[in-house]
Amino acid sequence: MAHPPSTRAPQAPVTAPAGAPPAPGHPPAPAPRRGGWAESRERLRAAATTEPGRLWIIGTVVALLVVAFGAVTAWEVSDRASAADDVVSRSQPLSADAASIYRSLADADTAAASGFLAGAKEPHSVRLRYESDIATASRLLVKAAANTTGASDSGRSIAALNEQLPVYNGLIEQARANNRQGFPVGGAYLRYANDRMTQQLLPAAQKLYEAETGRLYDDYDQAETWPYAALAVGVVALGALFWAQRRNYLRTNRVLNHGLLAASAASVVVLLWLVAGHAVAAADLSTSRSSGQESLKVLNDARIDSLKARANENLTLVARGAVQTKGGADQYDTDYRAEMKDLVAKLGSAGDLADDASGRTPVKDAQDSVALWQKQHDIARKTDDAGDYDDALAKVIGASGSTGQSFDRVDAALEKAIGHEQREFTRAASDGKGALTGLPLGAAVLAVLGAAAAGVGISRRLAEYR
Amino acid sequence: MNGKGRLRGWGGVGGMALALAAAASLLVPLSRHGADGDGTQVGGSGVGQGVQAKADTCKDPEASLPPSVEDGPTIKRIRDNGKLVVGVDQNSYRWGYRNPATGKLEGFDIELVRAIAKDILGDPDAVIYRAIPTSQRIPALQKKQVDVVVRTMTINCKRIGQVAFSSAYFKAGQQVLAPKESSIKGFDDTLKGKKVCTAAGSTAFDELEKNSHGAVYKNLTVPSQLDCLVRLQLGEVDAVVTDNALAASQAAQDPAVKLQGAPFTEEYYGAATNLESTDLVRRINKVLEDYRSGGANSPWMKAYRDWLAADLPGISGPPEPKYR
Repeated sequence: MAHPPSTRAPQAPVTAPAGAPPAPGHPPAPAPRRGGWAESRERLRAAATTEPGRLWIIGTVVALLVVAFGAVTAWEVSDRASAADDVVSRSQPLSADAASIYRSLADADTAAASGFLAGAKEPHSVRLRYESDIATASRLLVKAAANTTGASDSGRSIAALNEQLPVYNGLIEQARANNRQGFPVGGAYLRYANDRMTQQLLPAAQKLYEAETGRLYDDYDQAETWPYAALAVGVVALGALFWAQRRNYLRTNRVLNHGLLAASAASVVVLLWLVAGHAVAAADLSTSRSSGQESLKVLNDARIDSLKARANENLTLVARGAVQTKGGADQYDTDYRAEMKDLVAKLGSAGDLADDASGRTPVKDAQDSVALWQKQHDIARKTDDAGDYDDALAKVIGASGSTGQSFDRVDAALEKAIGHEQREFTRAASDGKGALTGLPLGAAVLAVLGAAAAGVGISRRLAEYR
Repeated sequence: MNGKGRLRGWGGVGGMALALAAAASLLVPLSRHGADGDGTQVGGSGVGQGVQAKADTCKDPEASLPPSVEDGPTIKRIRDNGKLVVGVDQNSYRWGYRNPATGKLEGFDIELVRAIAKDILGDPDAVIYRAIPTSQRIPALQKKQVDVVVRTMTINCKRIGQVAFSSAYFKAGQQVLAPKESSIKGFDDTLKGKKVCTAAGSTAFDELEKNSHGAVYKNLTVPSQLDCLVRLQLGEVDAVVTDNALAASQAAQDPAVKLQGAPFTEEYYGAATNLESTDLVRRINKVLEDYRSGGANSPWMKAYRDWLAADLPGISGPPEPKYR
């Protein structure tokens, strides 16, 4: 230990007001003095040879340890609290926004294909849905850009999305204009737009979503990491306090030194508060992650799958076999089937992750609607394959009993499930953040009081040598 | 059934059954046509035809059964149903497409369908239209989901083993489509260094492989020929090569582009039926005889003027029918 000692070592701590409560923020640490390093070390060695000198050193070290415990606790807990705050108020909203961008884009593509199939009779609501999707995506992209640096993965994804979205929108408008004039090339434009969406926009949106969710998990990890340094210093401080009191007892046969006892009590309170506060916070955050965020991720993915499947279902009727797989099957119907398979799998996981009835019910609703959708789809496909296009069209975009209605029900159920999980997340994460409230300040105040008490306790003993 | 009998006869007499077994599956449909009628191509040449069909280089695939108005089982079934079930396209502008204003299918192919329905059922509207994708044309006929397919369908050696074709009702050929002001003037050296769009796996692509005239085309294929018009309008390519009927359909959707130069291949469109529906094929051929006759005032020329002349000018009449 190389703490700069004072010149008249034994007397120095006594300058603290004995008996009276010590002023907070002024631990009885000696102020460094002028003089050579070697001289200081010499004096320390001289002080250590006498009992008052030893007592003074012990008092200083114990008080410093208690202060250090408080300081490290305050620092580490502030760090955890700010990470927890990031989870609740920054990274999770950004991840949710990225999910919204992703969903809006997929939804826009679906709405565009639905409107296209209706042709000149495109319902106004479908047009509004497309426009609001594009507006939502544009608005959230600006927000996401403001929270990202251009050089990051997120920044690159945002740049790609900003470049591609106007191009996509242009292709959709060309598709609509041609379709309104009855030119079949409109359908080719729509397929080209869909190609852009699925090959460029959606992958970029997915990357953005994954990067933002990655940042969220980083914040989670940071918030949930145990404050090991604080715990270690706390244990060392308490050990030193115990050792000092034992030494005092062995030398004087006095059981209690009130000052050291008070310092021990303060340190124990800080340590317990730290352990309990962090444990509760980490448990709540972990709950928000497992029962909120993980469910949100699966549900968001499921929703994207349902949107893509719906877009492909519509495009099957737009393309009319113009695009085929290598095996000669319809490309869009093949894609639809793959996406429905993913959707069913993800709804299964979402059902497993849902931990209460109000989470399970909408997932169950979605599963039921998906089953109906698949049945209706097969009938619509058979109708279309038999050449009855009009009837097939009615079975896909019609007002009653169509696959479109089943899709809408799936979408509504998933929206409900996502809303529920988002609330679950916010509640648990806010609780977790709340568990750390006051801990940094409390730890600092208690540590200062404890150090002062230790100083007073030791100086009482020192006074006996006068 | 006659055809099979004849085959068996050869096998017994010549002891060639084993040698011919591989060709037999191809021969059955061919010989069946021949056995019903004049049978000029059945026999020695029939064997050759079967073998050649494998190589897709048969002689005169567009030669159809001679016309007849005799009713057979297919005609009777259609009469009993009261409707002719026809497989058509609804995305080929001017050929077979759905007019969004009326919701009705119309075009050059549809006019022919109406003429067939009028002849068999006395009512041009007694038709159930089945919009079928390109890939489903042959399966739909084989599964008898439709009586006849009239859908810009090219007669070729491979297909005549799978379905029966009427006589040719349109002569098409590969041609270049480019903007009106383009320096590209046809399938020639004006293509040098230009980007050319073709449908993947199309005849146009094969022709470019044979002689590209310096055009860039390899990584510019699209799933469907209509996608080429999108690429052309967006400036991603300088020209399109496809058959002129479909190129005309594209030109009709964009006044800024036109067919350049002359067709550089020959292919024929026919109405297709199930292989067994020989009575229907003969009946359609009879309808086509009437459809073609009348010179400049024939129904064929009228349909041509209504649907195709604007974008496919310079055709003076239908192709001459060939029969076997």
